[in-house]
Amino acid sequence: MPPLYALTVHEAHTLLRRREISAVELTQAVLERIRRVEPLLNAFITVTEDLALQQAREADLRIAQGDIAPLTGIPMQIKDVIVTKGVRSTAGSRMLEDFIPIYDATVVERLRAQGAVLVGKGNMDEFAMGSSTENSAYGPTRNPWDLERVPGGSSGGSAAAVSAGECLFALGSDTGGSVRQPAALCGVTGLKPTYGLVSRYGLIAFASSLDQIGPMTRDVEDCALVLNAIAGHDPRDSTSIPVTPPDYTRALVEDVRGLRLGLPKEYFGEGIQPEVETAVKTAARLLETLGARVEECSLPLTRYALAVYYIIAPSECSANLTRYDGVKYGYSYQETDNMWEAMEKTRQYGFGAEVKRRIMLGTYALSAGYYDAYYLKAQKVRTLIRQEFEEAFRRFDALLTPTSPTVAFRLGEKTADPVAMYKSDICTIPVNIAGLPCISIPCGFADGLPIGMQVMARPLGEEVVLRVAYTYQQATSWHKRFPPL
Amino acid sequence: MRLTREQVLHVATLCRIGLTEEEMERFQAQLSHILEQFEVLKEIDTTEVPPTSHSVALHSVMRPDEPHPPFPKEEVLRNAPRREGDFFRVPLVLEES
Repeated sequence: MPPLYALTVHEAHTLLRRREISAVELTQAVLERIRRVEPLLNAFITVTEDLALQQAREADLRIAQGDIAPLTGIPMQIKDVIVTKGVRSTAGSRMLEDFIPIYDATVVERLRAQGAVLVGKGNMDEFAMGSSTENSAYGPTRNPWDLERVPGGSSGGSAAAVSAGECLFALGSDTGGSVRQPAALCGVTGLKPTYGLVSRYGLIAFASSLDQIGPMTRDVEDCALVLNAIAGHDPRDSTSIPVTPPDYTRALVEDVRGLRLGLPKEYFGEGIQPEVETAVKTAARLLETLGARVEECSLPLTRYALAVYYIIAPSECSANLTRYDGVKYGYSYQETDNMWEAMEKTRQYGFGAEVKRRIMLGTYALSAGYYDAYYLKAQKVRTLIRQEFEEAFRRFDALLTPTSPTVAFRLGEKTADPVAMYKSDICTIPVNIAGLPCISIPCGFADGLPIGMQVMARPLGEEVVLRVAYTYQQATSWHKRFPPL
Repeated sequence: MRLTREQVLHVATLCRIGLTEEEMERFQAQLSHILEQFEVLKEIDTTEVPPTSHSVALHSVMRPDEPHPPFPKEEVLRNAPRREGDFFRVPLVLEES
C-alpha cells in the first residue's frame, strides 16, 4: 500500500469505511507530510493543523455511527481566494494579510457538510492573477517535480499540494486556466466546470463573468466525487445555473466507442513544445484505438482569444477590486487625514505589481473614449468565439488539446515580461471565454516534467468530459506517478 | 500604440493607485506593449455582432424578498482597520468650504 498521504480520495474512503484507518490517522499522515515537504514547496499560505485534527475527530465520530459520505474524513486544501469562516483568507495578497472571513464560501460549506477536513489554504498568484504563483505576496510555490521550476498558476499551491501528498484533493479557481494549467504542470487532474455550475459565493472576485471554482485531484474518479459535492444551484450567486446536477460518478464509464473527438489544429504547431504536441496526439490515437472517432478540425478564432481575455478580465478586475479602499477590511494606510491620499497609498502598498498592472489596464479599457474600441470590441469577439465552439460541438462530442504550450518553466523566466507570461494561457483561455467545462489530465512527461491534455465539451457537458478522461486514465498510468520528493 | 506619461497618470488617478516614479515608467512601457497585442482584434468585422457579457445568459434573476438574520455587528466590524463604537472610522470625506 502507498503511504496514506499518497492515496486517492476513493482509496482513502474505502479504508475509512472499512475502519482500516481513522480520519485522525489519515490527517496526521498528511500533516506530517506537510511538515516535511512544505519547507521545499511553500504550497500553503496557512496550515490549519489544530482545526484539521478537530475536524478529523468529528469525522471519526460520524463514521463510528455509520454515517460516511464520499469525502468524510478526507484532508483537503482550499485555495486562499475562497473564504473560510474564522480561517485567514488572503487571496495571496498583502491587502488581505490579516483578513478573517465571517462566513464560509458555499463550496466550503458543502464540503464541510460531508465532513471533509481542512488542512490549510493554498498559495496562489495574488487575487488569482498570474500563471506561475510567483505573484504571491507570500513567496512563490515550487514545482514538486523540479524545485527550480514553477508549479503554474494561479492555483499553483493547490496543484503542488495535491501532487506532493500535502492533501488528498484541493479546490482551485479558474478564470483563464488557473486550475488546469497548474494541474498540467504538476501532473494532477484539474476540472474547470461549466460557468455557473458551481457557486461563486465566497470566491473573492477577480473577473466575475469568467471565474469558476474547480476540483484538483489525483484522478478523474476523485474529480467526479468532489464535483458531486460542490455543484448545484445556489440562490446566493445570481449567475448560478438553476439545474439539478446529475451524479457525476455515473459518468465514470470506461467506454468511448462512437464518441466524436476533435483535434483543433490551432492548438498545435507554432508556439507548442514538440513533446507536448506528440504526447497529446499519442493520447488521441489511444482513444481512437479504444473506439473513439478522432478527426482534426479548425477553430480559426483561437488566435484572438488571448486579446479578448486580457481586455475582459482586467476590465472586470478593475471594477471588482475597487472594494479594497482600506475602510471595511484589509490593509489600510493610516498616516494621513486625507481620504484620497489614504486610498491611493492603501492600494499602492497593498497590491503587488501584476494586480496594479491589470487594474490600470482594465481602467484604461473601460475609460471614456476607449470603451468601444477595447471592452465592447472584446465582448463582440467573445460572441464569435462562443459561436465557433457551438458550431464545433455540433460535429464533436469533445475536443482534445494541450493544456499548456510547454512543460513547467523556470522560476523567474517570465517575470520581467508580462506578455510572455500571458502567453502561457493560450490553450486554456478560450474555454473560459465560452464558459465550457474542461478537464486537464496527465498524458506524458518530457525531461521528467508532466504534460497535460485538455478535454472540453459543450456547456453542462461535464459527463462527456469525465467519461473521456476516465477512459483514458483506465488505459494509462501517467496520473499514478508521484514526484520524487 | 504608446501610452503617454499623462495617460498613465490619468488612469492611476481614476483607479486611485499611487505610483512611484519607477513604477510609472515601467507601467508606461508594459501597458503600451500589452495594448499592442490587442491591435489584432481590428482584423475582425464585428459590426453586426451583439456583445456577450456572460457565457451563460441568465437575466434579471429574482428571488422572494424575505428577511434573513444579518451578520452580527461585532463580526462585521471585526476586520475593520479603524472603528469607533459601532462604526467604521474613515478620514474626513466632505471638505470644509
